[in-house]
Amino acid sequence: MSRNLIIGAGLSVLFICLAALSFIWTPYDIEALDIPNKLQAPGGANLLGTDHFGRDILSMIMMGARTSIAVALVAVGIGMALGIPLGLLAAARHGSLLDELIMRGNDLVFAFPSLVIAILITAVFGASAVNAIIAIGIFNVPVFARLTRGAALPLWERDFILAARVCGKSAARISVEHILPNITNLMIVQGTIQFSLGILAEAALSYIGLGAQPPTASWGRMLADAQTLVSIAPHTALVPGFAILLMVLGLNLLGDGLRDWLDPRIRVARV
Amino acid sequence: MIRYALGRLTSLIISLFVASLVIFAVIEVIPGDPAAFMLGVNAQPDTIAALRAEMGLDQSVITRYFGWVTGLLQGDFGQSWTYKTPVAELISDRIWVSLPLAIYALILSTLIAFPAGIFAASRRGGPGDVTIMGATQLGVAIPNFWFAMILVLIFAINLRWFSAGGFPGWDNPLQALKSLTLPAIALALPQAAILARVMRSSLLDMLGEDFIRTARAKGLTRRQALWRHAVRNALIPVLTIIGLQFSFLLAGGIIIEQVFFLPGLGRLIFQSISARDLIVVESVVMLLVFTVIIVNFAVDLAYAAVDPRLRAKA
Repeated sequence: MSRNLIIGAGLSVLFICLAALSFIWTPYDIEALDIPNKLQAPGGANLLGTDHFGRDILSMIMMGARTSIAVALVAVGIGMALGIPLGLLAAARHGSLLDELIMRGNDLVFAFPSLVIAILITAVFGASAVNAIIAIGIFNVPVFARLTRGAALPLWERDFILAARVCGKSAARISVEHILPNITNLMIVQGTIQFSLGILAEAALSYIGLGAQPPTASWGRMLADAQTLVSIAPHTALVPGFAILLMVLGLNLLGDGLRDWLDPRIRVARV
Repeated sequence: MIRYALGRLTSLIISLFVASLVIFAVIEVIPGDPAAFMLGVNAQPDTIAALRAEMGLDQSVITRYFGWVTGLLQGDFGQSWTYKTPVAELISDRIWVSLPLAIYALILSTLIAFPAGIFAASRRGGPGDVTIMGATQLGVAIPNFWFAMILVLIFAINLRWFSAGGFPGWDNPLQALKSLTLPAIALALPQAAILARVMRSSLLDMLGEDFIRTARAKGLTRRQALWRHAVRNALIPVLTIIGLQFSFLLAGGIIIEQVFFLPGLGRLIFQSISARDLIVVESVVMLLVFTVIIVNFAVDLAYAAVDPRLRAKA
């Protein structure tokens, strides 16, 4: 196993554990205001300090991890659930009008600046975590559709697919039973990368007030709150920022590590 | 080439048409009456009726759509409900912040990424390469608005080299550029990290090609082969990424403008969203999407002009 994989998996597991732990325990209650104890520096009774309402930042980071992971995970789920079948379909009907339609549709979604459309969606339907998920999820669909089609097309030329066709299997059955298992690794790696992009997108949307709404904790909103406090209490901005940075870095390293680990050809080349 | 360009032009027009339909539809599907939505719950019935008439809500959807599109084509973006001024005027005031910011960031990102990528590729596996690649991993993972806050903390609050925000206008170009510097750095860094990685891997691909071996065999030094043959060919994929990045920078600028209180298109969108001024939101979003699609089209054409293989593929 490579160093990337170990560091990446370690960081990712750390944040997932923090998020999971927050369901049963956080050091303090994040909805309890403690104004006399506000803007405490890290290291005291509150390990990572307190914010302008005296809330414990470590507890908010734990709850925020939950929001980030939930939003990004569902957004990647939407992208996979719609994108992979579309990609399989396009590959199975390669060269047909349907293929052309799916791919042109993909190009179109790709051409839209995702952030602008996310803003439009939340402007019209209101700011909420659910709308943020939909906005981020839509832009994951073409990523997976394109990748699936690209990986599935060369597989369709292979002998084992020909054998399956001779056996009388339908295109749909071949796609599910033979194509899909052969592209799973690729999807896992891309899923990790999209997951990290989702975390960044969620943070950006909450930062501008279009993501999760109070009282739900979110890293992006912690940063928005910290903006006016950064000169008197830098930790309020540093801590959530490092949380995002480490989580995204961890997922990216995990993605790189998984790609090398899951692809035997690259492993052999390295030996 | 002409056939290729015509093909791309057709898909450009289709893209723009579908984009306008989508944006129009999103505003259309607002639950209830858009006029009532914009004015909020306490609006008087006669105010709503006045806005309905102004937005043309008494006409059919199709008439309204074509009215909006022909207006856009003629540079008439409608009238803002909250500002009481033409949207085109609001946009032209603010585009002179957003556009220079995106271009400034694009230049910075290229200036950082090219040397870094070329240096890393030419010393593959060495300590310089490992350091640069590590730095790009960090650059990709940093949220740019947070990086912007850190820049403000260091260079505006502690060192006092720059102001923490605001824009003095273009009357004094030097001051204006100075106030766009921190935002441009914040925008450019993550893009530079991506670009440096693309530059490096594209260059490494080229260095493995036969023509580099030929160049070395005829007596060029490593450095000469790198600069005369590899870099030039490696630039093709890099240019595509630069084109795509322009759209990220323009859209990403929306958030960075919030951090630095810059009066650009981003702030206009947010003020319009909170004021529920959908006419402005709709037109600014369409303008941004339009710009991105046009830039991507231009990149495709430039790409095909440089690399004849692509024309055949299309």
